[in-house]
Amino acid sequence: MSTGILVLVEHLKGTMADITFEMLGVGRKVAAAQGGQVHAVLLGKNVAALATRLGAADSVLLADEPSLEQSSAEVIVPLLQQLMAQKQASLVLLGGTNASFGLGVQLSARMKVPFVNFCKGARVEGGSLVLTSQLFSGKILSDVKLADGKGIVSIYPGAFPAEAGRSDKTPPVEKVAVPPGSPKVVFKRYIEPDTSDVDITKQSVLVAVGRGIQNADNISLAEDLAKTLGGAVCASRPVIDQGWLPLSRQVGKSGMSVAPKLYLALGISGAPEHCEGMKGAQLIVAINTDPKAPIFDVAHYGANADCLEIIELLKEAVEKKKTK
Amino acid sequence: MNLIVLLKMVPDTVEELNVASDGKSLDSEYLRFKLNDPDEHALEEALLLKERAGGKVTVVALDAPEVDDALFMALAKGADRAVKIPADQASLGTVATARMFATFLASGGGQITPDTLVLPGSQAIDDLEGEVAAYLGEALSLPYVGVVSSVSPVNGKVVVLKEFSGGMRGEFEVTLPAVLGIQSAEKPPRYVPVAKVRAVMKSAKIETADIAPPESAKALAVERMYKPEVAGRAQILEGTPEDIAVRIASLLAERGII
Repeated sequence: MSTGILVLVEHLKGTMADITFEMLGVGRKVAAAQGGQVHAVLLGKNVAALATRLGAADSVLLADEPSLEQSSAEVIVPLLQQLMAQKQASLVLLGGTNASFGLGVQLSARMKVPFVNFCKGARVEGGSLVLTSQLFSGKILSDVKLADGKGIVSIYPGAFPAEAGRSDKTPPVEKVAVPPGSPKVVFKRYIEPDTSDVDITKQSVLVAVGRGIQNADNISLAEDLAKTLGGAVCASRPVIDQGWLPLSRQVGKSGMSVAPKLYLALGISGAPEHCEGMKGAQLIVAINTDPKAPIFDVAHYGANADCLEIIELLKEAVEKKKTK
Repeated sequence: MNLIVLLKMVPDTVEELNVASDGKSLDSEYLRFKLNDPDEHALEEALLLKERAGGKVTVVALDAPEVDDALFMALAKGADRAVKIPADQASLGTVATARMFATFLASGGGQITPDTLVLPGSQAIDDLEGEVAAYLGEALSLPYVGVVSSVSPVNGKVVVLKEFSGGMRGEFEVTLPAVLGIQSAEKPPRYVPVAKVRAVMKSAKIETADIAPPESAKALAVERMYKPEVAGRAQILEGTPEDIAVRIASLLAERGII
């Protein structure tokens, strides 16, 4: 059946992303059940050195060229297509990240195999690969079966153990030639996040606000509380998209990943994209009116309440404790 | 510019979602639909582009509950043309949806001119089969960038910002015509008073474009749909708001955070 599994290595500016190891772990698990080899596909500019960390793969397929810096789907998809044919790969694992966004969809269309999005679970069942995806902001799960094990799968970051994909072995490296072309999407430069006001990744206390904060005027309540707690205010995507706080305060998939001592989530439902950026916090306290909000699955303490009713009371209670 | 925005209705996750008795789909009885968030941003970005560079904004959607409201809302905000494809969106997966849009665009309904930008939202919460934007890029053989949060016309091309992770963004130059999956507009989506939407409902018309659905409605067969087991990790603090505030303050003090 499955003869080859391709894993597209994720890295940004020379740093390997954990999702790479998560995917290699999944690849090893499927290969152990169904046989076949796991190939790590490493594409980019000045990336050859990263190959030594990919020992969980049976081989590394490397293309290291200046033109591959943040190259777009029109370059990567034909390359993956070619590698699938060369390695007789039936399964391709991609990171469910912004960087790899759209690649799987286009590859699946070309190879005429299914694409499975938002995958957070994988098991081999009687020769078929059963994949669990989380839909509707994590509120519903769905199982789909790749009967012949053929498909392109987008792996949700943080859903699988990265440890399963780490190894000290040195994998053989095979160079891949990139056909010349004149792409219509050209990478120009990186734009670093502007943290000139506050760098939320360096704060030990974060007061995070979501839709439940209701309007821009209420942000100042959260700021007062953050000041009392000795921290800063950050937010989930809807608040940033409304322009109530600058982009530098966004926590989640596109925003910052934070791991403060305290993450106080006010009116945040806890969509998977948000949790991706804050689940490493040491203490998570969530206040939300919806008792079924997914934030309570990652929080240590929670309260089913309107955060607007609690903010000022909490500030007073903290001030009292501090003066004691 | 010829700006074509694709709109999709999705279940509002603020409401409780339940699985239907077939165990493979959502129970539609109590579902409330809303416009997919990124699609609302795609419309806003198109309207901003029209204001800056001139052009025409066309909004296109498949049939779904409350979709007429979304289309009239788009017209009230400044879209020039609204088109509904009378095929039930709920029965179609992403691949089939994208094929229908591609057929519409290729058939002349949308007219891909050299200055065309097709602007779907970057993704939707029910995109099990993947994102419409990327499929469209492939089906129409147009360049594609996803997770876009800014578009500026420069010398007949566009310069776009794509979001990576950790707040990092990348700047790309894209040759037109192109498909851009919009994640968020440069400004919050504009507000339009209900009275204006009502006025538009009386004066404007939604066009229909009959496109035959593709043979296979879904690329993936869902074996089972279910609610996640609540991990219930959080210890829930009970009581009045005062009680809760005092309990949290105590917890923070115990841990030396305050």
